[in-house]
Amino acid sequence: MIDLHGYGPSIFSGAIITIEVAFLSLALACLLGLLGALGKLSENLFLRSVATIYTTIIRGVPDLVLMLLIFFGGQIMMNNVSDWLYEQYKVDIFFNIDEFVAGVFTIGFIFGAYMAETFRGAFLAVDKGQAEAGLAYGMSRSQLFRRILFPQMMRHALPGLGNNWLVLLKTTALVSIIGLSDMVRLASEAAKAVHEPFTFLIPVAGVYLALTAVSEWVLKRLKAKYNSGYAGTH
Amino acid sequence: MDAFLSLFANNEIFTPSTLLHYWDGLVTTVHLVFLSLLLGLFIALPLGILQNSKSWWINKPIWLFVYIFRGTPLLVQLYLIYYGTAQITGIQETIFWAVLSEAFYPCLIAFVLNTAAYTTEIIRGSIETTPKGEIEAAKAYGMNYWQSLRRVILPNALRRALPAYSNEVIFMLHASAISSVVTIVDLTGAARDIYAKYYAPFDAFLFVAAIYLCLTFSLIFMFNKIEHKIMAHTKPIRHS
Repeated sequence: MIDLHGYGPSIFSGAIITIEVAFLSLALACLLGLLGALGKLSENLFLRSVATIYTTIIRGVPDLVLMLLIFFGGQIMMNNVSDWLYEQYKVDIFFNIDEFVAGVFTIGFIFGAYMAETFRGAFLAVDKGQAEAGLAYGMSRSQLFRRILFPQMMRHALPGLGNNWLVLLKTTALVSIIGLSDMVRLASEAAKAVHEPFTFLIPVAGVYLALTAVSEWVLKRLKAKYNSGYAGTH
Repeated sequence: MDAFLSLFANNEIFTPSTLLHYWDGLVTTVHLVFLSLLLGLFIALPLGILQNSKSWWINKPIWLFVYIFRGTPLLVQLYLIYYGTAQITGIQETIFWAVLSEAFYPCLIAFVLNTAAYTTEIIRGSIETTPKGEIEAAKAYGMNYWQSLRRVILPNALRRALPAYSNEVIFMLHASAISSVVTIVDLTGAARDIYAKYYAPFDAFLFVAAIYLCLTFSLIFMFNKIEHKIMAHTKPIRHS
């Protein structure tokens, strides 16, 4: 086996952090993506333009720049907000933007824009007659969304969602730059301390490959599940 | 407009010297991205063609290269090449060291290999989706494999690859921001310097975000033009 000079457990804990960041930001991205997609498809001009501006700007700016902006600027902005709250309402709260929060918010915020595009396309791919049939049954808008649109939309969204997830997983490496002790940061620090970059960074690359392989397998299973009932589409 | 101009007149951050710093960063970013894409394309084109080969000892190694470089973060690849090459025993005595001791070249190598992997996959995919009829027609005309590749398969496959490739170009522009991590002063590096100097995150990073946004939109505009031009034969004919 490879000799990790006793850094093994700490890099393993970094891997856990990487996975935590990835899942939390995926949840945020899906939420923002759904809202963004509904905004883009909405008849309200204001909502539509907010969603369009969001998806356009986010996709035009590098993730690292946004992360640095949110990490360094977020705390100043939050301090201003809490000052303002104190002056106006005498509410004394302090928001702390640490590396973890900044990382999850940035990645979630960025991939929310990509998810919005994926979900938008998927909603449009659902047959119009399905929604009309739902309305004819007297379903409310939320019932229609929950029972008819969402389950069918997922089938179309899954390939795009899977791609976004694989890219997101690799983007989590960027949180090491703003100082979060994820797998990449711990490994690169160990590498610098022991002067053996290959010993530490190749296992890290291996963990990413393994995570990718597992994700691909899960995605295949999910695809089979959502495609059940559609012959020959597997 | 006057308010906008006075904003520029009374600021302490965007002085000529910082703007020049941003300009140098822009030059470095464009230089790095352009070279990476060009060299990456040169590697990817033969690899993409060869990956459609039927012999496993040709297509399996290429598959492995693509799988590894697409499956791991670019940051890890950059660290491996940047810190890793310096640790190879004896390299500091060879002539390669003159090149590798500067941060620019290890970074360029990492970017080239990364974009080559993604581009290989794009080219492989678009060659694979060549309609059977086109290949059969080429065969019927008596073309051998190289002739049909050069005259029929590649021209159409590369056309079909363009939308995906334009995404890759934009991805590369955005990915180049991480070169600032290994001490290169690209656009993001310049913004980090200016943030550190004035402790003004919004000014420093929003400004650089706006530059990236302009670069991205110019690229999208350019690729739309090219696509429109080379895909003209597939568009319906307009009778005017």
